[in-house]
Amino acid sequence: MKAVRFGYVAGPVIGVLWTFTVAVVVCVAMSFLTGAGFRPGASGALVYGAALGAGILALANLWTVGVAALAAALVAPWLGLGPVVSEAGRVAVVVAAVILWAATLFPLRRMLAGHPWGRATRHEFEASVIRFLTGFGYVFFTVIVVIPFYVMVMTSLKNQSQLVQNPLDFSLDLSQGWGLFRSYVELFAQFNFGSYLWTSFYVSVLTVLITLLFSIPGAYAVARLRFRGAAAFSRSILLIYMVPMIVLALPIYIAFSMTGLRNTVFGIVIIYPVTTIPVALYMLQGYFRGLPAEVEEAGLMDGLTRLGVIWKITLPLSLPALASVSLYVFMIAWNEFLLAFMLLDDPSKFTLTRGVAMLNSSEIPRQHLMAGSVIATVPIMALFLGLERFMTRGLTAGSVKG
Amino acid sequence: MTTAVPPKRRGPLAKREARLAWGLLAPTIIAVALVVVLPLLSVFWISFKPVGLADLRPPQAVLREALRGDAEAVGDEAELQYRYRNSSRDVAISGVRISDEIPAGLEAGEIDPRCTLEGRQLSCDLGDLEPGGRGAVEIPVTVAQGYLDAPVDLDAVPAGVSGSAPNILTNAEFTLENFARIFDGDEFWGVIGVTFFYTFFGTVGALVMGLFAAMLLNQSFRGQGILRGLYLFPYVAPVIAVAFTWIILFDPYSGSANALLIQMGVSESAINFFGQRPLALIMVTVFEIWRYFPLSFLFILARMQSMDGDMYEAADMDGASPFQQFWYLSLPQLLGILSVLFLLRFIWTFNKFDDIFLLTGGNAGTRVLTVNVYEQAFAVSNIGAGAAVAVVIFCCLLVFSAFFFRFMSREEGL
Repeated sequence: MKAVRFGYVAGPVIGVLWTFTVAVVVCVAMSFLTGAGFRPGASGALVYGAALGAGILALANLWTVGVAALAAALVAPWLGLGPVVSEAGRVAVVVAAVILWAATLFPLRRMLAGHPWGRATRHEFEASVIRFLTGFGYVFFTVIVVIPFYVMVMTSLKNQSQLVQNPLDFSLDLSQGWGLFRSYVELFAQFNFGSYLWTSFYVSVLTVLITLLFSIPGAYAVARLRFRGAAAFSRSILLIYMVPMIVLALPIYIAFSMTGLRNTVFGIVIIYPVTTIPVALYMLQGYFRGLPAEVEEAGLMDGLTRLGVIWKITLPLSLPALASVSLYVFMIAWNEFLLAFMLLDDPSKFTLTRGVAMLNSSEIPRQHLMAGSVIATVPIMALFLGLERFMTRGLTAGSVKG
Repeated sequence: MTTAVPPKRRGPLAKREARLAWGLLAPTIIAVALVVVLPLLSVFWISFKPVGLADLRPPQAVLREALRGDAEAVGDEAELQYRYRNSSRDVAISGVRISDEIPAGLEAGEIDPRCTLEGRQLSCDLGDLEPGGRGAVEIPVTVAQGYLDAPVDLDAVPAGVSGSAPNILTNAEFTLENFARIFDGDEFWGVIGVTFFYTFFGTVGALVMGLFAAMLLNQSFRGQGILRGLYLFPYVAPVIAVAFTWIILFDPYSGSANALLIQMGVSESAINFFGQRPLALIMVTVFEIWRYFPLSFLFILARMQSMDGDMYEAADMDGASPFQQFWYLSLPQLLGILSVLFLLRFIWTFNKFDDIFLLTGGNAGTRVLTVNVYEQAFAVSNIGAGAAVAVVIFCCLLVFSAFFFRFMSREEGL
């Protein structure tokens, strides 16, 4: 293990690992962008990475190393060896080589900064390793998060024959202009997605309102008022919110079938809030506890009733928390799938998630399914990015719900 | 002068406060009782009953009414015919009765002995109707001028039919067959094994990835906010959208992932990621990790940002290396939140239904308990067996939450 801590070992090892990471990412990215074949060359990455790692440590001069590496990166593909091997056109190969060069040279220089050529202290060595792991982590997480969403959006803009012909080719034919969006147009025109969007929207908004109506008084009582059974109550709230939906879905299905509530939006609107009330109550009572009780007591002394205190003091003070809870509940209602799937059969009453589930059939082309997914994802994402601060807090407080 | 002593009993103020509290909680309690507690009890009830999907529609007597024969001139003979049948093939209906009003302008002749006629009100007592049984009542009528002037639409005044059938959901017939059925055979233990594999590795994977991501973002740099938002995407997006994207991405025939792997020389031929036995389970676990690492990452990051920086400076001065600092300083401080998260995520992953249902439908060795509920109840159409699986899930959940509450009281985390 000690042997690794010499610069002439650590440098090349980190160089190879990083070059390989970059090579894979560049290959995937170039394949997706151009549709042509790119594949990482193991031997090329080994030689190039080791040389670069050693070079950065041995020669302090960035210019020498940089120019040598650029020359190597540009020449290697024509010999069929470089870290990135490709049969694509000349321009793509040069672009890939330059990206590879830039994405290896500069990060590696930072990772190995302060690492001596000879024996390194444990501190210096681990600092380099951590910088490598950090770089790797950023690339890794970004890639695994971005690829599915990229594929979702790009697939929705293609047509069936293009998809089957080359599944890798996500390049867009911009000359079609608005024709790119024909899947979306068809979904709205023929599959009634406008109405699903509207149903999902008002069901979610109603869910938020009803949830708040029930959970605000409840949360206040649990957080502020003293009564026997308060502890047991907040515990059972947590317990209830761990009961899996599928266990409840079965009797709800039966009861709704018998009372004729199945297949109605009204049934959905009465069932969704109950699934979110415990979460909302739990989140809100945590926040209410954190508010200063003195302000409320002052209000009581000045002659407000308890309900007046809640309305005039507690609620205005907890607006940020209400925003977080509302967003979180909205997200749960918007994304809800199981109940909508089980309880709604009539295409005119579908929520968006149920509508997307309907598109999953062999007769409907895949780009429609992906376009439906994009339609379901975009509103919640827009809301999320716009109000990220509240959303993050809501997620942290709502914690446990999955 | 009396000395002041604390009150021994609850005073009127305390009582009023308690009343207000219960009043504020009442709506929640009622709603939760109706939609959570009641269904839970009924799941227990149903799990001991031989109920199939078809039994949800109770057996009914179905009646058709028609006027047969020519009714074109005054004095024509015609027949009012009532045909009835039992909609169920397994259950008898008892006390079947028909009631109807003979339309104006039709004069009833000699009527069936089972029927009585009072004025224009006809009622027939047909007794019991065996499973799948059918029959007819015919009333001869003579056409009068009134009918020809204004022919009556028979459906305008529909004939009524009543009868009672035993309802399987409410009668006192109980069986242990459902439990025998689900515990029977290797299948159940396979399902349990799959459930625990998925739950355990899904939870641990999401925690480890979350820890890694949190450490990446626990340093301030430009673009940190953007990355944090980006890393939350898998969790915020609707499950249905991301699950279908994964299916298309890993499609064996035209998926990009397969094309990529073949091109890179990793694999010779296309891999059926969601259709092969051990691989499908690994893939759904990976999906679970991918989708839920953001949640653990948020929590761990929140905890990390509340940590004291001085300790690290001191450790630095004392010569602790970065890995030592992580191992001896960060990890012990994070242990509390990690274990709470582990328990909570374990329970939630155990309860997860949508993900596997959408990705594989429980095929290719990925059937977990929750998916089994659906399979038994709707695919096999045996509601009772589905409820029995649900009972098993609920019992497991009780055990987990007992753990959780014992732990929570010690660990002041969430």
